[in-house]
Amino acid sequence: MLEIIVAAFLAFGIFFMFVGAVGLLRFPDFYTRLHATGKCDTLGEALIIAGLLLYHIFHYPQTPLVCVKLLFLIVFIFITNPTATYALMRSAYKTGVKPWKLGDERQ
Amino acid sequence: MKGKGFGILVTFCVMFLFWLLLSGIFDALHLTAGLICSAIIALISHDMIIKGDEEKILSKSFKLAIYIPWELWQIVLANFDVAYRVLHPKMPIDPLIIEFDTTLQSDLALVTLANSITLTPGTITIGITNGRFCVHAIAKEPADSLTVDKTMQQKVADVYMEW
Repeated sequence: MLEIIVAAFLAFGIFFMFVGAVGLLRFPDFYTRLHATGKCDTLGEALIIAGLLLYHIFHYPQTPLVCVKLLFLIVFIFITNPTATYALMRSAYKTGVKPWKLGDERQ
Repeated sequence: MKGKGFGILVTFCVMFLFWLLLSGIFDALHLTAGLICSAIIALISHDMIIKGDEEKILSKSFKLAIYIPWELWQIVLANFDVAYRVLHPKMPIDPLIIEFDTTLQSDLALVTLANSITLTPGTITIGITNGRFCVHAIAKEPADSLTVDKTMQQKVADVYMEW
């Protein structure tokens, strides 16, 4: 049962990471590509780490601090990932990267 | 003065707890080093996060604890939204840039709103200048959810009590 739940977490995590990568390739410009990577990487990584965390709790309960560290990783990914996305967006916008509009050529 | 002491104490406790959890070694040397480092950090940077009086901080943290699960659910929705747009053969995107004003004042509230916008469906923050947000939306509907019904702005304003 535990294995199934952990596998589901990992599978969803990998699915979202995969979608992020596909979006990076398919979307037409810098800003829309960041939509794909900025969101999907956050949840994808969090789900993968959550899966590892669950597995660790039940199989190695003698080292609970590892779980705490994994939990910190999730928290910091949720804070830093949107911030990094924001920094990229802002610098692109300030240096004048043109946003793609419907009907334009791919960049 | 009372508020300041409270801020230092809370920062110190959080920092020391963080040290304990990350080090995982509980002998005298490491504990003393942790105590000294936490004390220095608490003295230097206690006013970065904790400002104002105690009751306000407690009710703010309580409201934040309610806000975070809602935000997590929004993140899940955002990912399915992006997944749909990425995997749909016709790629239903129509990007636009919108601007709107907020009433939020403190840095922490602005950061919370900016990061929330980035993580929720279809929108990413580009910049904030003097309380004016510049947001890149991937299509029309997600942009409307920010400018027209303003659920998220109200929720963040509720958390930080800045209307």
